[in-house]
Formats: sequence, structure tokens, C-alpha cells
Amino acid sequence: MRFRFDKLGIVIAVLAVYGLLASPFAVLKPNRILQGQAKTVLEALPPLAGGVLLAGLALAIVIALLRAPATLRLIAAVGALAGLVLAMGQAAGFLTPDGNTYARVSPASGFWILLFAFALLTADAITRLQPPPWLRVLFLGVAAVAIGLLFVSGSWNGLSIMKEYAGRADVFWSEAGNHVKLALGSLVAASIVGLPLGVLCHRVRWLRASVLNLLNLIQTIPSIALFGILIAPLAWIAANVPGASEAGIRGIGTAPAFVALFLYSLLPIVANTVVGLAGVPRETNEAARGIGMTNRQRLFQVEIPLALPVILTAIRIVLVQNIGMATIAALIGGGGFGVFVFQGIGQTAMDLVLLGAVPTVALAFAAAVVLDALIEMNSRVAKGGRAA
Amino acid sequence: MRFVPLLLRLLLFAVLVSFLVSPDTFEPLLRPLVDGGTPAIYNQGSLLSLTLQHLEIVFAATLAAAILAILLAILVTRPFGAEFLPLSRSLVNIGQTFPPVAVLALAVPAVGFGAKPTLIALFLYGLLPIFENTLTALQNLPRSVTEAARGSGMTAMQRLLKVELPLSLPVIIAGIRLSVTINLATATIGSTVAAKTLGEVIIAGLQSNNLAFVLQGGLVVGALAVLIYDALSALEAMLSRRLGLR
Amino acid sequence: MIEIDAITKRYGGLAVVDNVSMVIEPRTITVIVGTSGSGKTTLLRMINRLVEPTEGVIRLDGEDNRSIPGYDLRRRIGYAIQGHGLFPHRTVAQNIATVPGLLGWEKRRIDTKVEELLTLFQLDPAVFAARYPHELSGGQQQRVGVARALAAEPNVLLMDEPFGALDPIIRAKAQEDLKAIQKHLETTIVLVTHDMNEAFHLADKIAVMDKGRVLQYGPPAELISAPAEPFVGALVGDGDRPFRLLAIGATGAIVEPGEADGEPISETSSQQDALSAMLWSGRRALPVISASGLPMGRVTLDNLVKHAARPQ
Repeated sequence: MRFRFDKLGIVIAVLAVYGLLASPFAVLKPNRILQGQAKTVLEALPPLAGGVLLAGLALAIVIALLRAPATLRLIAAVGALAGLVLAMGQAAGFLTPDGNTYARVSPASGFWILLFAFALLTADAITRLQPPPWLRVLFLGVAAVAIGLLFVSGSWNGLSIMKEYAGRADVFWSEAGNHVKLALGSLVAASIVGLPLGVLCHRVRWLRASVLNLLNLIQTIPSIALFGILIAPLAWIAANVPGASEAGIRGIGTAPAFVALFLYSLLPIVANTVVGLAGVPRETNEAARGIGMTNRQRLFQVEIPLALPVILTAIRIVLVQNIGMATIAALIGGGGFGVFVFQGIGQTAMDLVLLGAVPTVALAFAAAVVLDALIEMNSRVAKGGRAA
Repeated sequence: MRFVPLLLRLLLFAVLVSFLVSPDTFEPLLRPLVDGGTPAIYNQGSLLSLTLQHLEIVFAATLAAAILAILLAILVTRPFGAEFLPLSRSLVNIGQTFPPVAVLALAVPAVGFGAKPTLIALFLYGLLPIFENTLTALQNLPRSVTEAARGSGMTAMQRLLKVELPLSLPVIIAGIRLSVTINLATATIGSTVAAKTLGEVIIAGLQSNNLAFVLQGGLVVGALAVLIYDALSALEAMLSRRLGLR
Repeated sequence: MIEIDAITKRYGGLAVVDNVSMVIEPRTITVIVGTSGSGKTTLLRMINRLVEPTEGVIRLDGEDNRSIPGYDLRRRIGYAIQGHGLFPHRTVAQNIATVPGLLGWEKRRIDTKVEELLTLFQLDPAVFAARYPHELSGGQQQRVGVARALAAEPNVLLMDEPFGALDPIIRAKAQEDLKAIQKHLETTIVLVTHDMNEAFHLADKIAVMDKGRVLQYGPPAELISAPAEPFVGALVGDGDRPFRLLAIGATGAIVEPGEADGEPISETSSQQDALSAMLWSGRRALPVISASGLPMGRVTLDNLVKHAARPQ
């Protein structure tokens, strides 16, 4: 039999070797804003740790290159990722001169390339294993716990991003709360309004086109503009409607961001509710009518359960989109992780940008994994129901 | 009756162009939104040139994204790249969870401020819809047609160029349309990292509490998005009709 | 001539086509019948190498069909399938011109060929050439599909359930047309179907397949008179045997001198049609006329009964 390399393994190997040998692993900066000195893997780590990391990564690369079983590839990939992350923490301690509190160590391009390469291997291994939805959520949980432990253990405390965090721990968690409130709250509000509106649009033909067109139009207005446009009417309401400002409605801040996210969320929810309901097979509806269900019974016992996967898909789209867009709320004083992103951009302090961007990506990713699992479980129920 | 939507679009286009060419004519309309002394029309640069630069960035990013996305989709649907197909599907899924602002912000450390990070963010964000649509189209061609193409002796390349791609075109264009619409709006955020786009107008409005600025910036982008979306929809519908798909 | 020599196709361990050998004579219509999953389509597709055989050889006019690249081979062999497979983005004329285009014919020659074929298939070139497939009826689409398969003047035409998507009336017409065109162009046709009536109606020779093997391969009359296995008998239908015999014979073949009254029957009609006409009109003999309308003699009920009996 002819020996063959794994094609993806070749891609990963090329990336990883480039990341290891041709790009810097960490960068040492005199303070948080100035340009720094790039360090390779061997320069950035004590000799023993550097050697162990190199050997471990080489082993992972070999496993990626061979057509190894997916489970082994997954273990290799996760091991490589863990090794990289721990090594980064080591590098911070090793590179920072003793007693220097201004110097900052940040991951450099090589680290990110290696992280990407082995994340790719992880994703591929998981894809090949085709784990059931609950197992994917479990993977996510394990990853979250591992990252939590990493922070609690303090092994990353020497890194610049954690120093940015240490200075703002309180603000960080309150902005995180803001972010989640904005993203989730607007989703809940949009679901409460959007689902009945979707059902209505499904039942009342002439309403459908106009409602969907209007919601489509709202989507074309860029988010920062919509945030801004909403400032004026909300300020007017706060000033003129009794009790409004006590309820937290203000021209700037969370209120316009919340309303804007709510408006953006409506289109996917209404549109998918309509599509989902329209996708219910005619025979099923006929049968439901034939056995004497009322319109209401048909809606709740037949149409909505069958349309659920499509509606959940909309919820997924909206949640992921909202988590991303909530970053922009910071521009109008709405809070959220965007605060750090835009502060960081303003101060050209890239580690501060990361402090805002990385949790946003992680949050969106986690939301996507959980909702994807939910969608899959529900479509299985629907399929199983049809087969029975 | 059929011409009403077309007329409305032509009207929108006419209004947009005249606003960009001579914004001061519209000053009285926006005046009520601001207090006495503040300018109602953006005065820190030409709206027309900002619009053109905005379009240029979106166009360049989408074009590059379309080329790469289509090539990748072709690759993973050939026997050679079939190994990458499952992974590419999950990557598309994961990639869509990256918020545009995060991509933009993360690009800054790599390439600095200005148009570049915006181009990168728009490029990456534009890839996904086009890739996904091209993939779907190439995988769902009617079997009898691909069979007939093989049966009449076309080589793999001839099948791709003469049958598979032409038949996939409407769905690919739908993907490009989605990318362009997302990118037109996302490009405004690029102005937070100093890219020259219509976002400048909106951000200037936000900073000076000038609703007129915010509104004009937002509406110009909105109008562009509606017009481009409709034009691409029309193109897609025309192609689909020709293929007898609707 | 197509020689299929000990051909086998396995998927995994399962033999879909199992050691099949048969010789298909030039300028004939050979029909491969069988239930779904019998391997008949796979066998057909190995002739133009849409499927590569696991073992065995197929020779076209003595030449191994693996001696040239698959796509070159397929340009020389016509191929028509169920649901026609027309390219929806090309006009009727462009569809028909596909293979000649691939072969690099001159434009003038292609245009002439397209026009000739459209006329042959009773589609007015002025009306149909510029239309798109979705603008045609099902029967028209099917004819264009066959025309496309014949455009490069192949010696061999492979057809996979070509009439499967047509309603019965159009199907009967399409079968008649195919027979006429085959006579006209003298193409060797190999056709796959699960429809026994279609097989008896079209075939010079029939191959019955089951579970990847050819159970019997011979002229229709042989299948009726001497089924090789019970399965063949069941497929032919024991109760239908005399009628199938009459259905494959032309009235002209059993004309005898003499006269008869009433509506005449054409010599090209099947003997089954003659029997049917007799039973329906209560006559014991019919006058027979030639294709050009001249009286030829008569056909009698006794004679038909004799021909419907088991051949000795």
C-alpha cells in the first residue's frame, strides 16, 4: 500500500513550522504602548521549557501528518494548544526583567499562527468524530473550565492582557454584565414581539410583504448610525414622558443600543417564523384540521413544534449577531466589551483591544455552539416524529 | 403597477446622487435637527468623495473575497479537496461567530490603522456568505444534468466551466449580495480605526452630538445598500429565470 | 459491435454486476431489462466508462474501451437519460451542439447538424432552436435529449430509461419515433428499462438481468417460448405470452392471398393490433394494405391463433 500524508496535516504542518521557526513567539515591550522586541520560541522560554514545547509540538505535527485516528488527533491538538498557552505564561515570567513593572509581554504573530494551526486540527478532529450535540456542549464546558482554571492559577498573570485586566477587574465584569444584558435582553424582547408578529404575518398574507420589507430596510442602516439616530427620539421621550427617565430611558447610553439591537433582531425572527410555518407540510396541516384541531391547537401542537428548528436558527443568528454588535454600543456610551476595544484603539494599546475583543469572540462562539446543539436536538425530535 | 417599485428605486437613486453632488440643497430638510449655529451638512470633507471611498473599500474587499471564496468552494468540491469539505463547513460555521468589530480590532495590531484593517475585516467577513452559497450551489446541481455533462464527454474542467459554474451563478450572486450588504454597513465601523468611509460622518455626528450628521451618514449608507441589494437581486432573478428556476 | 467480456463491478465486497458477457450486434436495438437494483444501469454505464469496471473488458468494434481517455470515449458514444438532463442555461440548439462543440466541429457544420436533427425529431428549427429547455413540454425535452445524444453521429447510443418520465401516450409516440430514427440512422442502441412492454416493443434482442447477472439474452420470441429461468417467465408474464408473441410480429408477415370485408389494417401494425381489430369488429378476417395503401391480401383469425401458439 502506498503511504499517504493527510492533506490537512500538510497545511497544519506548514503553518506550524512557519509559526515556530519564521515568526516571533512573544514580544517584549518597554511599556504598554511602545513597540517591542520580538522573541523566538527559544529566546522567549527557559531552555528546558523551550525544548519540551518544541518536542511536544513536533509530535503533534507528526500525528497531524499521519492518517491517525481522529481521537488521537484530537488529543494531540488539545495537548498542543494547552502546551502553547502554558508556555505563553512561562514566557511572560521569563522575559519580564525582575522588578520592572512597566515592561509588557504579549503574544506575537508566531503564537497566534500556532494557535490557529492547532485550533484547525482540533476543529477537524471534532468534525471527523461527529460528536452528538450534548458531547459538543460538554467539550465547550470542559474548555471553559480549563480556561477558568488557567486564570485562577495565575500562570498568565505576567502577560500584558492580564495586566490590563488586573487594572480594571471591576469594570471588566460590570461591562461583561452590560454586554450580556444588551445582547440577551434585546433578543428576549425581540422574541416576545417577533414570534407573534411572525405568526400573524404567516396567517395574514398582505401584512407579510410590508412587515418584512420594513424590517429589511432597518437592516440596511449601519448599526452605528441606527444607534445615533435613536438618541434623539429617546432623549425626547426621557424629557417629555413622565416616568420614562426613571425607568432608565435616556438619549445616550444603554437605551438606544438596546432598541437598535431589538430592531435588528426582529427581521431574522419574524422572517424565520414565517419560513418555518410555511415549511410545515400541507398534508400535516390538513390532517390536523381533519382530526378536528382548532386553529389554536394546530398552531401550538403542530405548526410551532415543526417550525421550531427554523425559529431556533433565527435565535442563533440573532444572538451571535447581537453579541458582536453590542460592542458598537460603547460608541454611544452603552457599555459592553466595546468599551475596551474602542479605548484600546484610542490609546493604541492593543492588549486592551484584545481584552475587549477576545471575550466577545468567546461569548459569540459559545452561544453558537450551544444553540447549534439545541437546533440539532430539536430537528431530530421533529424528524423522529415524522418517521414514527 | 409593475413599474412602481422600479420608479421608486430610480427616484431614490436620483435623490441620493443629487444629495451627494450638492448636499447644501438639502440643508433646509436637516436644519430642524440641529441647534441654531451648528452645521446641518457634513463640513469636514466631501460627502461624495467619502461615498466613493466607502464604495471602493467595499468593492475591493468583496471582489477579493468572492475570488477566494469561489476558488475555495471549487477546491473542496473536487475529488482532490474532498478531504477538506467537512472541515470547511465547520470553519464557515465558526467563522460566522466572529463579530465584525472584533475582526476589525484584531486586524489593527497586525497592519496598523487606516484602510488596511477595514479591508481585511471586510474581506474575511465577506468570504463566508459567498463560500457557503457557492458550496451549496455546487453540491446541489441537478444530478441528471451533471450526469449528462459527464455522459457527453466533457472533461472535469469543461464540466466546471461550462455547466457547474454557470448553473451555480444565481446562488453565488445571492451570496455576493449578502456579503456586499453586510460589508456596506460594516465599513462604517472602519472609521473608528481611521478608514475613510461614510462612518466618519456618523462618528463626527456622535462626537459632536449632531443628529443631522448621523442621519445623513446612515441614510446614504442605507440607500446605497438598498440600491445595490436590489440591483443584484434583479440580476439574480434574471439569471434564475433564464435557467427556468422560477 | 460491442463485446462485453466477463465484466464485473463490485462496490465494497458486493458485486453489482457479476461476470456478465454478451455481444451486441451493430445496427440493432438491445434492451436490458430488470428490476431496480439488478445492475442494468451499472452495466450500461460501464460501456461508456461512467463507471469503471472492477474486472473484465468491454470492446467496441474490437477496441478495448480503456484505450482512450474516458471523456474522449464518451464523445463518440451517445448517451440519453431519464429526465433528459438538458443544460438549463443553454438553448435547445446549444444543447444539441454540445458534443460537436467539444469535438471542435466547424460552426457551419454544427448549425447544419442541429437543424437536421431538429427536423428529424419534428421540432421546427425556426421555433425551437432558440428556446430554453424549461420552455418545452416534457415530450419535446425528451426528444431534444435524444437529439443531443445523436448530434456527433455516434455509432452507439446508450439510453437509460429514456422514456421513464413521460406519460403513456407520449411514451408510445416516442418509442415509435425512436424505432424510425434507428432505422434511418442505423445506430446501435443499448437501452435500459424496467418496462417489459417497452422492451418487447423496441428490442431486437433482450437481456434480462437480476442481482447483477444476465439470466437470458436473446430475441424476444425466445424469451417467450423458452424462458431460461422462472424469473424470466415471471417477468414476461405467463398469462401474457401469446399476446406478447403477437405484439412482436408485424401483420405483413402473415398475409395470405384472399379478400375480406370492412376496415383494412396496415401491414406495419402488429399482429396483436390485428387480433384486437377482429375481436372488436366481430370479423374473422381483415383486409391488409401496404404502407403505401395498396391491397396486399388478408389476415385471418385462424392464422393469428396459430402464430400465438407456443412455437415448436
